[in-house]
Amino acid sequence: MKVIKIDKKEWAKGLERLSKTYQLFGPAKHEAFFVFKALEDGELPDLDVQNTRLSPRSVIYPQSEKMFEYTLDEDQEDHHILKEIDKEYSSRAIIGIRPCDAKAFLLVKRNFDAPEYKDPYWIKSYEATTLVGHGCNAPCSCCFCTTAGCGPFHEEGLDILLVDVDDTYLAKIITEKGDRLLAAAGWDTKTDTATNDPIENMKEAAEAKITSMVSTDQLKDKSTTDLFEASFWEDVSFACINCGTCTYVCPTCWCFDIQDETHGLSGIRMRNWDSCMYPLFTFHGSGHNPRDTKTQRVRQRFMHKLKYYVDKYDNGIQCVGCGRCVRFCPVNIDIRRVCDLMNSFEL
Amino acid sequence: MLSYIDKIKEISRRLLKESKVDMVIGFRKGTVVMMNEPCFVKTVADVDKLVWDSNCGINLANYLANRTEKIGIVAKGCDSRNIVTHIIENKIKRDQVVIIGVPCKGMIDRHNIEAMAEAEIQEVIETDDTIQVKGAGFEKTLDKKEVLQENCAICVHRNPVIYDELVADEVKEQTDVDRYEDVRHIEALSPEEKWDFFEDLLSTCIRCYGCRNACPLCYCPTCFVDESRPQWVGKSQDSTDIRTFHFLRAYHCAGRCTDCGACERACPMGIKVRLFTKKLEKDCLELFDWEAGLTLEKRPPLDTYRPDDPDEFIR
Ligand code: SF4
Ligand code: SF4
Ligand code: SF4
Ligand code: SF4
Repeated sequence: MKVIKIDKKEWAKGLERLSKTYQLFGPAKHEAFFVFKALEDGELPDLDVQNTRLSPRSVIYPQSEKMFEYTLDEDQEDHHILKEIDKEYSSRAIIGIRPCDAKAFLLVKRNFDAPEYKDPYWIKSYEATTLVGHGCNAPCSCCFCTTAGCGPFHEEGLDILLVDVDDTYLAKIITEKGDRLLAAAGWDTKTDTATNDPIENMKEAAEAKITSMVSTDQLKDKSTTDLFEASFWEDVSFACINCGTCTYVCPTCWCFDIQDETHGLSGIRMRNWDSCMYPLFTFHGSGHNPRDTKTQRVRQRFMHKLKYYVDKYDNGIQCVGCGRCVRFCPVNIDIRRVCDLMNSFEL
Repeated sequence: MLSYIDKIKEISRRLLKESKVDMVIGFRKGTVVMMNEPCFVKTVADVDKLVWDSNCGINLANYLANRTEKIGIVAKGCDSRNIVTHIIENKIKRDQVVIIGVPCKGMIDRHNIEAMAEAEIQEVIETDDTIQVKGAGFEKTLDKKEVLQENCAICVHRNPVIYDELVADEVKEQTDVDRYEDVRHIEALSPEEKWDFFEDLLSTCIRCYGCRNACPLCYCPTCFVDESRPQWVGKSQDSTDIRTFHFLRAYHCAGRCTDCGACERACPMGIKVRLFTKKLEKDCLELFDWEAGLTLEKRPPLDTYRPDDPDEFIR
């Protein structure tokens, strides 16, 4: 794996060249917090961010996405026919994504790019995107990535890993996509003297700073029905107000709802993020809702992330330990606590 | 205010031991800074997990609606007013609750304190008058009065208006506060400026409904935004739909909102959603001389008709 050195003085120029062929996204400060946004001409990603309030999920998978349009006007030949809306999937890059958020796309991919089902919008969008990660030298106090199958310098899911070393960025090229992006940016890559060593050292130092942990080793062996019927759910869910915060800030949540919106005689079919915390989620046409109480909804969220996903994909939990839901839940429901309750549950 | 906890525990233990209540609703210590988690306690042995400090800003009345048990509930001034509102609106019966009243000195504004810190706050130590925050390479001590939630800073009903037990002597109510400075500012804007103001205010709303769901008033079995047969409001990020949600919700809170601040505290995006409800609160005060949740004796303005009700605004 090649590591190159980018002089920070050359950083802006490279990004400018890059912006000719890539649409760039990056963290930017919005009043009191950071968000991912499409960078304007000349705007640099603000890499001082610890992490953004919302994950970069929406860059690939927008909160509201139009899919089809239709007309109900029977004078038109194509009335009542859904027509696909043209969408743009030209190259784009997220500069300064954290390793946890990049890995999260791989978790989501298991759902959107599965052998039996392919989600064309997600796949095209994901394939068009190059992920330039930024190693976390100072992780937050509630990040628990190292025990959630990820880490502050984790490379899975990234195309390039940037590491901030004084007046340079070390860029570790992980995939061909990453290679292509570097070529387009045209940073002087001849000074290929950097090695992997400083990265390894910084990685160890960053990992050592993570004090928040979860245990997940027993989840797979627990009986689903025992966990489902465990007595702790009443206590776990009591405070929950069934808002969408935990699921909307999460980089690994993928649920959506399809809606038709008609204005006059024309309309669109779109999909919007949904949340297992919402009353319409799994609300059947019959009027029955198999999960119509708060406790059932909370249990669904945690069982999905920490049991059903674990069993179905045999590839860890559906969480990368970014800590967002922990920080932003208005009533302090903490997945770390619930994970430990589930992992250590005995009948 | 920190010393209240001993009394809260003592009362809770007694209520549970004497089977006066099936559960006590209070707070347990949070797992992150400036957060406590609403919880219930059903046994005397569990009472020790209850805590009280300036991070108890969530309105516990929100956990009462439609419950059937006998409940002891820890209630600040605003919570008690929302309990009154619940009783008036038949969401709970008066004799079903034992109200453990807490004379409140205000809750701290976690959004604001976080925004003031140079980096992530890793530790917060509270004394009666100060909040000390610490993080990597910084440490500062803040005057608690300066970092209260905005609604707390202008609160004029800190003492519970209804209670069965009081955990301490009443605190002095604030009298010299200007409750509506921000509303007057918006009232003075032109229609175009108002439009821009609200568009900007809501520009980061993700429609998580944290504000609505943290609010004790929002107990409708199906909220108008969740209604699907027929569907009144679109569900996308369309700004008209987002505005419709906020404006309509605010109107549904008219004459009922106690300005407890739970909605604003809950918002993950730090949106000042109280600006909507406060306008209606101000109108209720000016037009009907009404403040929500102060008495069980009178019906609220929106479910009564008086021939002398002001009507200039509908002409
Ligand atoms: S766990 Fe927290 S963030 Fe999630 S729905 Fe419940 S209250 Fe909202
Ligand atoms: S469940 Fe919570 S900690 Fe895990 S990835 Fe989602 S937001 Fe991050
Ligand atoms: S609208 Fe907000 S301030 Fe008013 S009662 Fe509801 S949560 Fe409290
Ligand atoms: S809590 Fe904030 S982000 Fe969520 S719906 Fe309310 S205003 Fe919007």
